[in-house]
Amino acid sequence: MSSVSSAADQSLASVVVVDYGLGNLRSVTRGLERAGADVTITDDPDAFAEADGVVLPGVGAFREGVENAAPIRDHLLEVAERDQPLFGICLGMQMLLTSSEEGETDGESAVEGLDLVPGTNVRFSDGQKVPHMGWNELDVQRDHPLVEGVDGQYAYFVHSYYAVPDDEFATVASTDYECEFPSIVADDAGNVFGTQFHPEKSGETGLQILRNFVEICADA
Amino acid sequence: MALTKRIIPCIDVDLDEDGNPAVYTGVHFEDLEYTGDPVEMAKAYNESGADEFVFLDITASAEGRETMLDVVRDVADEVFIPLTVGGGIRTTEDIKETLRAGADKVSITTGALERPELVNEGAKAFGSQCIVISVDARRRFDEQGEHYVEVDGESCWFECTKKGGREGTGIDVVEWAAEAESRGAGELFVNSIDKDGTKDGYDLPLTKAVSETVDTPVIASSGCGGPEDMYDVFTEADADAGLAASIFHFGEYSIEETKEYLDERGVPVRL
Repeated sequence: MSSVSSAADQSLASVVVVDYGLGNLRSVTRGLERAGADVTITDDPDAFAEADGVVLPGVGAFREGVENAAPIRDHLLEVAERDQPLFGICLGMQMLLTSSEEGETDGESAVEGLDLVPGTNVRFSDGQKVPHMGWNELDVQRDHPLVEGVDGQYAYFVHSYYAVPDDEFATVASTDYECEFPSIVADDAGNVFGTQFHPEKSGETGLQILRNFVEICADA
Repeated sequence: MALTKRIIPCIDVDLDEDGNPAVYTGVHFEDLEYTGDPVEMAKAYNESGADEFVFLDITASAEGRETMLDVVRDVADEVFIPLTVGGGIRTTEDIKETLRAGADKVSITTGALERPELVNEGAKAFGSQCIVISVDARRRFDEQGEHYVEVDGESCWFECTKKGGREGTGIDVVEWAAEAESRGAGELFVNSIDKDGTKDGYDLPLTKAVSETVDTPVIASSGCGGPEDMYDVFTEADADAGLAASIFHFGEYSIEETKEYLDERGVPVRL
C-alpha cells in the first residue's frame, strides 16, 4: 500500500481518461501514470470538471466513436469552454474535428464530431498501404507546449483517415506518408489538442509528450 | 522522411517444468530450447530500440493461456511499444481477453483458417488495426496450387499449414492473404516452415508474392540470420516489417546495429 500512496503524493496533476466504451484504456493509463499523472478512468461528467485535464482516447470508427460519446458530448464541450486541457488520441483526436468521410458510409447520414477544431477527416488515397501503420517522423510546425522536445522524433501510428483542419494554424506537427498530413492538431486557444499517433505506444518520444501533457495540466 | 521499416523481435513463450512462463526458440518449429524470462526480455528489447514485440503463446493449454495473459499484463505495464500476441486464438472472446490484457494486436493462424468469419467478426468488433492474420507457409512443388512462383528454377506454390507446419490444408497462401484482407485483416504475418530456424534468409519469393497481392502491411518472418537478410526482405520483397527471434535472443546482433546497417544502406528505420 505504501507504494500506492507515495505514487499519489508525487502526482503532478489529476487526469481523467474518458471511458466511452471504446478501446483498451490500460496502456494510455499506464503511460499517463508513468508521466506523473494521477489517473481516473470514468464517464462521469462531474469527474471531468474536477480534473486538471481530460484525455479522450479511442480506437475504431468515427461513427461508432461519435455515437458512443453522444451522452457525454455536451460535457466534453464544457471541458473545452472551461479552458481545461482536452487531449484527443487517435480516433479521439479525429473526433475533435467537425466531420469525417468515415462517418458517411452505408447510406447513413453523416455524424458530427465535437467541432472544437473545425475541419474534416479524410481517407488516405489509393497508392498507399492502408492503414498507415508503424513509426513515422514528427515535423513540428509551430510552438505548443505539447511538442516540447519531440521535433524530428518518431511516433507510432495506426490509422486509415487523417485530419484536415480548415485553418492551417491548427496543425502543430505534420508527418509524411506519401502526403504531408497533420499528426498533431490544436485549437486557437491551445487547450484543446490531439495526436493522430498513440503516444502511449511511442516509446520514449510518446512518454515525453505525455509528460508535456501532464505539465500542461499542472499549469492549467 | 517516410514511414520506417519495423524491426520486431519475436518471443515464443511456453511453460517450464514448474509451470512458469519461459521463452523458447526453435528450429523448424521443433526442438525447443530455453532462453529466458519473457518480461525481462521484453524490457531489454524495449530499451534496445525494438519497434514492436510479438509474443507467441506456444503452450496450447488452458493453463498456459491464463499464464500468457498474465505475461501480457506484466509486459504491457512495463513497455510502451506495440505488442502483438498470438497462439490459440479461436473466438472473438479470445481476442477480447487478449486485447483487454494489454495486447495491441492479436495474431491468428489456425482459428481463421478453420472459420474465416472470425476475421470479419474481430475486425468489426475491435477494428482491423488489431487483427493480424498469420500464415505458416510451406513450399509445394506439385500441381495443386493457384499462384506459382519460380524458386531455384522450379515452379512452386505456398500452402497454408496448421499446427506449426505439421498439418497441410491445401489452401494457397496468396489466395488466403487476399481473402483475409478483404475480410478485414489489418496486417499479414508471413512465416515460412521451410526457412524457420535456418538463418539462411527470409523466404523472399513467398514474402514478395504476398506483399504484391495485398495493400495491408506485411511482416516477414522465419529465416533471419542477420541484418543483410533484413535488408533483402525490405528491398527485394517489399516487406513492411522484419521479425527475428534467435539472432537477437542470443546476442548475435543487436537491434541497434541491425538498424544502423539498414540506415547506412538507405532503408528508413527509427534510430
